[in-house]
Amino acid sequence: MGIRFILMVNKQGQTRLAQYYEYLTLEERRALEGEIVRKCLARNEQQCSFVEHRNYKIVYRRYASLFFLVGVDNDENELAILEFIHLLVETMDRHFGNVCELDIMFHLEKAHFMLEEMVMNGCIVETSKTNILQPIQLMEKSS
Amino acid sequence: MASTTSSIMDTLFQRTLEDLIKGLRLQIIGESAFISKALDEIRREIKSTDSHTKSNALQKLSYLSSLHHFDMSWAAFHVVEVMSSSRFSHKKIGYHAASLSFSDSTPVLLLITNQLRKDLTNPNNEFEVSLALECLSRIATTDLCRDLTPEIFTLLSSTKIFVRKKAIALVLRVFEKYPDAVKVCFKRLVENLDSTDPHIVSAVVGVFCELTSNDPKSYLPLAPEFYRILVDSKNNWVLIKMLKIFAKLVLLEPRLAKRIVEPVCEHMRRTGAKSLMFECVRTVVSSLSDYEEAVKLAVVKIRELLLDDDPNLKYLGLNALSIVAPKHLWAVLENKEVVIKWLSDEDPNIKRESLRLVMAMVSENNVVEICRVLVNYALKSDPEFCNEILGSILSTCSRNLYEIVNDFDWYVSLLGEMSRILHCQQGDEIENQLIDICMRVRDVRPELVRVGRDLLIDPALLSNHFLYRILSAAAWVSGEYVEFSRNPFELIEALLQPRTNLLPPSIRAIYIQSAFKVLIFCLHSYLLQRESTASSYPDTSALSELASKREMPEGSDSATFKAPSHSEQDEVFNPRVSNQSFEELSVGNGGDRTISHGQTSTPVTSENSFTYEAVVNHLNLIELALGPLTGSHDVEILERVRNLLCFIELIKGEVLESLVQKEENLNSAEMKSSKIIKLMSDAFSEELGPVSVSAQERVPIPEGLVLKENLNDLEMICGDIQLPSSISFSLVSNHYEEGVGASLPDLQSKEELEPPSEATSLLAEHRKRHGLYYLSSEKNDIVANDYPPANDPKLRDNQNNDTEDLVKLTEQLLVSKKRPNQAKPRPVVVKLDGDVVPVSAKRPGPKDDSLSGAVQEVLLGSDTRTSTSRSNPSDKSSSKRKGKEKLITDPSFELNDNLGDAEKLDHENPSSRRSKHRTHGKERRHKSPGKIREEREENGQKEKKKSSHRHARHKTRQRADVPLNVVSETPVIPDFLL
Repeated sequence: MGIRFILMVNKQGQTRLAQYYEYLTLEERRALEGEIVRKCLARNEQQCSFVEHRNYKIVYRRYASLFFLVGVDNDENELAILEFIHLLVETMDRHFGNVCELDIMFHLEKAHFMLEEMVMNGCIVETSKTNILQPIQLMEKSS
Repeated sequence: MASTTSSIMDTLFQRTLEDLIKGLRLQIIGESAFISKALDEIRREIKSTDSHTKSNALQKLSYLSSLHHFDMSWAAFHVVEVMSSSRFSHKKIGYHAASLSFSDSTPVLLLITNQLRKDLTNPNNEFEVSLALECLSRIATTDLCRDLTPEIFTLLSSTKIFVRKKAIALVLRVFEKYPDAVKVCFKRLVENLDSTDPHIVSAVVGVFCELTSNDPKSYLPLAPEFYRILVDSKNNWVLIKMLKIFAKLVLLEPRLAKRIVEPVCEHMRRTGAKSLMFECVRTVVSSLSDYEEAVKLAVVKIRELLLDDDPNLKYLGLNALSIVAPKHLWAVLENKEVVIKWLSDEDPNIKRESLRLVMAMVSENNVVEICRVLVNYALKSDPEFCNEILGSILSTCSRNLYEIVNDFDWYVSLLGEMSRILHCQQGDEIENQLIDICMRVRDVRPELVRVGRDLLIDPALLSNHFLYRILSAAAWVSGEYVEFSRNPFELIEALLQPRTNLLPPSIRAIYIQSAFKVLIFCLHSYLLQRESTASSYPDTSALSELASKREMPEGSDSATFKAPSHSEQDEVFNPRVSNQSFEELSVGNGGDRTISHGQTSTPVTSENSFTYEAVVNHLNLIELALGPLTGSHDVEILERVRNLLCFIELIKGEVLESLVQKEENLNSAEMKSSKIIKLMSDAFSEELGPVSVSAQERVPIPEGLVLKENLNDLEMICGDIQLPSSISFSLVSNHYEEGVGASLPDLQSKEELEPPSEATSLLAEHRKRHGLYYLSSEKNDIVANDYPPANDPKLRDNQNNDTEDLVKLTEQLLVSKKRPNQAKPRPVVVKLDGDVVPVSAKRPGPKDDSLSGAVQEVLLGSDTRTSTSRSNPSDKSSSKRKGKEKLITDPSFELNDNLGDAEKLDHENPSSRRSKHRTHGKERRHKSPGKIREEREENGQKEKKKSSHRHARHKTRQRADVPLNVVSETPVIPDFLL
C-alpha cells in the first residue's frame, strides 16, 4: 500500500478531513493524528516537508491555513507525493473556486469523493483533473 | 407521549450536517456537551423509518466519527440499511459510512455480500458500481473476496474505463485477502498492462508495484512487459512506479540490470521532473550500483540536489547519498564539505541525515578529526541533536570492538569530555564503554584512572543524574586500578565528598567499595614504604609486589614520617573517638584537607608520600563520612560501610601504636594489622580474568550445605526481589588461602568483619547466605561456555600479552568474576551497529507466501518445480479450496491447469519451457472454453497429485537459502527478455 492515509489539518491542529486506507481503530487514529500534528505543525517553512514517523514517512505541505499530510510507505517517492498533494489542491480549487478551509468543512463528502477518484486502495489511480471532477459534476447536475 | 412528539419534531426539523457543523463552529468551550447532545439526536433519528432522516443521521454520525473520533460501530446495522437504499445519494452515504467504520470483525459484514454483488453488477449506473468497488477496497474480507471474485473478474475487462481502473486497484486487496483469486484474475490483470488507455496502465502498474514490493521473485516473468512500459511510457507517475518495480527485480536478476541501466540513465538525463529524476537516482544507487557510469551520473544529480536551496531536495540528496555510501564512499567524500555544512542546518531532519553521512565517512585515519568536529557541534546543538551526535560517535567508535580506534588514550579522554557536555544523556553507554575498554585494553588503564579521577573530583557533576552511571564506572575504575593513581588520598576524598549523598544507593555502594580499595592500597603502600625506610632497603622485593610502577620517594617520606609529635596526634586523633558534633568534625576535616593539599602541592617527590598524618587523617575522614551511613536502609551501602568501618577499627589501634613505638618496635607493632592489610591488598590487587558463565558449577558444594531446599523457600519469600549481581568479600583467591594460617583468632572474635578462617568455610558461609543468587543467576545463563575457570593462569598469561591480542581475545570474554562490588553486570558484547540488514530480511508473511505461490502458479504454469519460493503451509489449503472454486469459476480459470498440463511434457528442459509457456499463453486466448472443459476433470486429478508432491518437496526446499533460489531462478528470465 503506497499511501496509508491522507489528513487535512488546520493551523490549530483540528482535523478537517481524514481518509485511511488501512483499518485503524478510533483510538489508534486519535493517537496517530495527535502525534503527527504535533510533529509536523511545529516545523517551519524553511524545513523540509518529510518527516519520518514510526515505520513510515509523512509528506506534508501547507496551503494557507490548511496542512495536507500524507502518510506513505518508506520507499514511496516523496516528490511524487508532493505533486499529488498539489494536484489534489488544484482539483479542489477548480471545483470550489478559490478553495478554503470552510469549503472542505462544509463539503466534506465532495472532498472525499474527489479523493476516492484519485486514490484507491492506497494507489493513485487518476491524475487528470477533468476525469476526477467529471462524476461529481454529473452528480451535482442530476441532484 | 413526550418522546413521540419529539421524534416527530426531530423528523420535521432535523438538523442537517451543515447545521451540525455550524453549531460546532459556534461552540468554543462547550463542544463536548454539544456533541453528546447531537449524538443523542442521531441515535433517535437513525432509527427512523424515513430513509431521508436515517441517512441524514448517518451522515452526521460519520462526520463526528471521522473528525472527532466518536464510536459508530453501534450503528453498523443502520449503515447496511442505508447502503441498500435505492436512492444514490443515500447509498453513497451508506457506503461511505461502511468504508469508514467497518473492520474485519464487524458482524454485519455477512449481510452485505448480496447488496455488494447487486451493486457491482448494476448495468445502468456505473457510479454505483464504483461506490461498491471503493467500499470493497477498504473493507473486503476473505469471505467477501471469495464470494465476489467472479464479479470483480468481469469488471476487470469492463469497457468502462471509469469502472475498470477501480476494479484493477481493488484486485490488490482481493489478492491479499484471498490468494486463490489470483488463479481467476491474474491473467486479466496482466492483459491490462497492454491496454492502450493510459489510465488503465497507470492503475495496473500501481498494483504491480505494490505486489512486486512484497514479493519480487514471483513477478520476474513479467519483466518484458514492464520493460516495454519503462521504455515507452511518457507518464511520470507510471515511470516512477516502473522504476520501483525494477529496483526490486534487478536485485534478483543481475542480467536485467544490464538491460535497464541505459533507459534509466536516459530518463535521468532527459526528464524535467524532479520526482522522476530522483526516482532514477534512487534506483541507480540502490539497485544499479555496480554500473560505474550510472552511479557517476547519479552522484552528479545528487550534488545538484544537495546544493539546491529547497530543503526538500537537500534532504533527498542526503538521503540518496546515504544509500550510495556503503558501496561508493567516494561519492560521500566528494561532497564532504556540503554534508558537514548541513550539520548546522536548522531542520533537524536534514541535520540527522547529514550526521548519518558523516558517520559513514569515519575511518581510523580521520576518526580523531571527525569526532573533534562533531563534539564541537554537539556543544552548540540543542539537547536532542547533541545526544544524537554523541550517540552516533559512541556507537561508531565502539563498532566491532573499537575497530577504528587506534589511540585509546585519546578515546578515553574523549569519553570523559563527552560526559561533561551539558546535555549529555548517554550515561549508560559511556559507562559500558569505560568499563569495557578498561577490561579489554590494558595499556589505557593509567589514562582511564586519570579521566576517572577528573570526573570524580568535580563536585558539580554530582548534580547531573545523567552522569551517575558514568561516575559509577569512574569510581569502579579508580578503585580497581588505584595503583595508577597519582594521588590516592585525593581519590578517597573525592569518593567520600559530601555531595555523594546525591547518588542513588547502588552507585554510592560502588563509591564506598572503591574507597575501601583505595584505602587498602594506601595503607599497604604506607607499610611497604615504612618497612623499606626502616630496614634501609632502597628497593625491596616487597615493593615490586605492587603492580604500580610508582617510585618510592624514601628520603622525604622518612622525614615526614618522623616529624609529627605524639601530642599532635592526640589532638587530631582523639576527638574522632569521642563523640563530637558534626560541625566541629567538618571543621577538623577541613583542616585535614588542607594538610593533605599542602602535601600534594609540594614537589613531585613528596606527592606520593604516604605519611603517617595522611593515613590517619584519611582514616578519620572515612569514619566521619561513613559514620552516618551505618543506619542506611540500603543493604548494599550498609554492608560496605560496615565492612570498611570495622576494618578501620581493627587496624586503627595498631597504626596509632606503631607511631608511639617508632621504628624500634616496628616488627612487632606491625605484626597484626600489617598482615591484615597485606592480605586485603593482595586480595584487591588480584587481576581477575574472564570467567565462564558455568564456572560456578565447578565449585564443589561444601558438605552439609543443602542448597535446594533452601532455594525453594527463598524463592517464595524473595521471588520479587531484584538480584544483586554479587556480594562483597566472597572472593575466593589464593591469597585468602595463604592467609588462612596467619589469621588471627582474637580478631575474629572481636570484629563483626570475619577474617577468613578457612577458604572453604568462607565460601560455604557465603553460599549459605547467597546461594539463591548464585543458582538463579545460573539459571539465567543456561548457555554453557567452555571457558577456563577464573584463575586459570594460562588465560591470564594470554591477557598479559599485547593490547591487540587482548582485544581479540576478549571478544569472547563473557562474564568476568569481577570485584564483587560491581553492582551491575559488565557489558558482555560490544554493540555492533555495522550489520547491514539485507533487503531479503523482509520476509513475506504467510499470506504473501500463498499469494506468491498462486501468482507463480499462474505465471509459470502449475508445474512448480521451478517456482522456488513456495512456502507451502497454505498450499494444502489452497488445493483443498480448489474443489469448491471449480463450482463458481469460469473457463479462464481452467486454462491455468491446462497450461500446466501442457507444460508438464518438458519438465526436463526448463529453459525451453519458459518460451513455450509464453507461446502457450498467447495461444490460450484463442482457445474456446468448451474445449478446455473437457480436460478439466483430468486436470483436477493431476493438480491434486502435484500439490501433494509439491508439499513433500517443499520440506526439503525449506532449508535452501535465498541465493540458491535466485540461482535456480535465473534461467527463467533470459528467454523472455535477453
